[in-house]
Amino acid sequence: MSIDKKNIQHIATLSRLLVSESECESYSGDLSNILGLVEQMNSVDTRDVEPMAHPLEITARLREDEITEIDQRQRFQAIAPEVEQGLYLVPRVIE
Amino acid sequence: MYRQTLSELSDALVQKRISSVELTQHFIDRINIHNPVLNSFITVTVDAAMEQARAADAKRARDETTPLTGIPMAHKDIFCTSDIRTSCGSKMLDNFIAPYDATVVEQLNNAGMVILGKTNMDEFAMGSSNETSYYGVVTNPWKDNHVPGGSSGGSAAAVAAGLIPMATGTDTGGSIRQPAALCGITGLKPTYGLVSRYGMIAFASSLDQGGPMTRSAEDAALVLNHMAGFDPRDSTSVEQPAIDYTDNLDNDLDGLKVGLPKQYFNESLDSEVAVVIDNAIRELEKLGATISDIELPNAHLSIPAYYVIAPAECSSNLSRYDGVRFGYRCDKPRDLLDLYCRTRAEGFGREVKRRIMIGTYALSAGYYDAYYLKAQQIRRLLQQDFKNAFTDVDVIVGPTTPDVAFSIGERTEDPVSMYLSDIFTVSVNLAGLPAMSIPAGFKNGLPVGLQLIGNYFQESRLLNIAHRFQTITDWHRRIPEAFQ
Repeated sequence: MSIDKKNIQHIATLSRLLVSESECESYSGDLSNILGLVEQMNSVDTRDVEPMAHPLEITARLREDEITEIDQRQRFQAIAPEVEQGLYLVPRVIE
Repeated sequence: MYRQTLSELSDALVQKRISSVELTQHFIDRINIHNPVLNSFITVTVDAAMEQARAADAKRARDETTPLTGIPMAHKDIFCTSDIRTSCGSKMLDNFIAPYDATVVEQLNNAGMVILGKTNMDEFAMGSSNETSYYGVVTNPWKDNHVPGGSSGGSAAAVAAGLIPMATGTDTGGSIRQPAALCGITGLKPTYGLVSRYGMIAFASSLDQGGPMTRSAEDAALVLNHMAGFDPRDSTSVEQPAIDYTDNLDNDLDGLKVGLPKQYFNESLDSEVAVVIDNAIRELEKLGATISDIELPNAHLSIPAYYVIAPAECSSNLSRYDGVRFGYRCDKPRDLLDLYCRTRAEGFGREVKRRIMIGTYALSAGYYDAYYLKAQQIRRLLQQDFKNAFTDVDVIVGPTTPDVAFSIGERTEDPVSMYLSDIFTVSVNLAGLPAMSIPAGFKNGLPVGLQLIGNYFQESRLLNIAHRFQTITDWHRRIPEAFQ
């Protein structure tokens, strides 16, 4: 299966990646080649095979519902690109 | 000193033939001399290291030691360290200082180890050559212009060149074993869930596993004693009784049943590498092992399934890099979408973007069954193949890689050819099994790695086999000439 340039723009948008017109061509080639490799999976019939999501048969652990985290807002925000009065800043969303 | 194994250095410290301060200075000097050529470190932490070394010597004076106390080491730059930058080999995290230590970092700190720095790696651990690093390629210490492998290429090159006796690595599809093989060192990827993933920057969460990269199997056992263990902060950490991995190192190998997968000895394996592997298998026979052929009939499907599952998980994990809370942010974003799209386009390198896009595509509406579900079904078949094999044999042995290190630039234009260098390693991650790579010889001056694959939680067995092999061979003691 090959992925054309139009498809690349759609995938890039879903991925939240800006891809220029000139990059589209090479991504289209790369991704098509990778999908070619991936499609070798179709050489085997897996109709009744149970999918395996995880290497170990474990169920999620539950813990007591108690407070374990302390407030470290200042520490976490010290590495943020832009903060003001304890809030993370992003471009205006609502006009 | 740099020629000695971690265990030998540990003995020297115990017998007070040397102090941790002296040992640390020795390795700092070596890093200063050789790292400009190798580029195996992204960050070197001289002052903090000397401080830790003095603290280790003080602990020794008070007899509060472990076998690792005072031993210099380095972390792959994927493990979060609270006072040292953690870049993950990416421009995205070039300015990132984590607010906490990874569990592995905490454990090795508690054991008294001395951190000399953070090692170079493929960006977000996505690569097999260390060429995708934002901080430039690492050189293979055995030959100029050759790659060290990846993604833990900096760790492997640093240990091989004697810049450090031990470094941590992570292995999602071969990222400990493949560079260990290409640089001629010992690398162990533990069973999924044995070593905590807390604070280890996520690539593909159902595959990622940290482990030690050392000169010898004995060293790996000493380090694993402190890396392994249940961690409530990792939701897939396994509760296993703690064991001493050095206990069984010297066990007899008489009657050990070794299986050679026919699918690892086919036309994809270089013929000269095959001879080296064959000789190594003869050594195991001398030690008392019995050898038989086994089948892993679906082995050829491991790379296709891996390149759905790993990118799918990566596309989800890497969605956190949005330019809002930490890391890189683009200049003057027009609006929120522009902030996301430009931050990610400028912050990530090409291979990472490829994988995010492949993963996003595989998970997008209408394609889930054809790609992700299908890959998970193949994952089950691969696991079943291993289960069947382990009813007949104790350990599976073969080459770690199809060939020795390739030259820098040789495969960067063709992602698929790069992916195929992990053809013998990825199925172990998909199944979640433990495996090692140990030095087994050379081809044209470049090291060849022997891979040992064990059943779940059989690390002790693998280390035993590797250690016995290393008592009758000296491949693991070789040091590249340029670094002697």
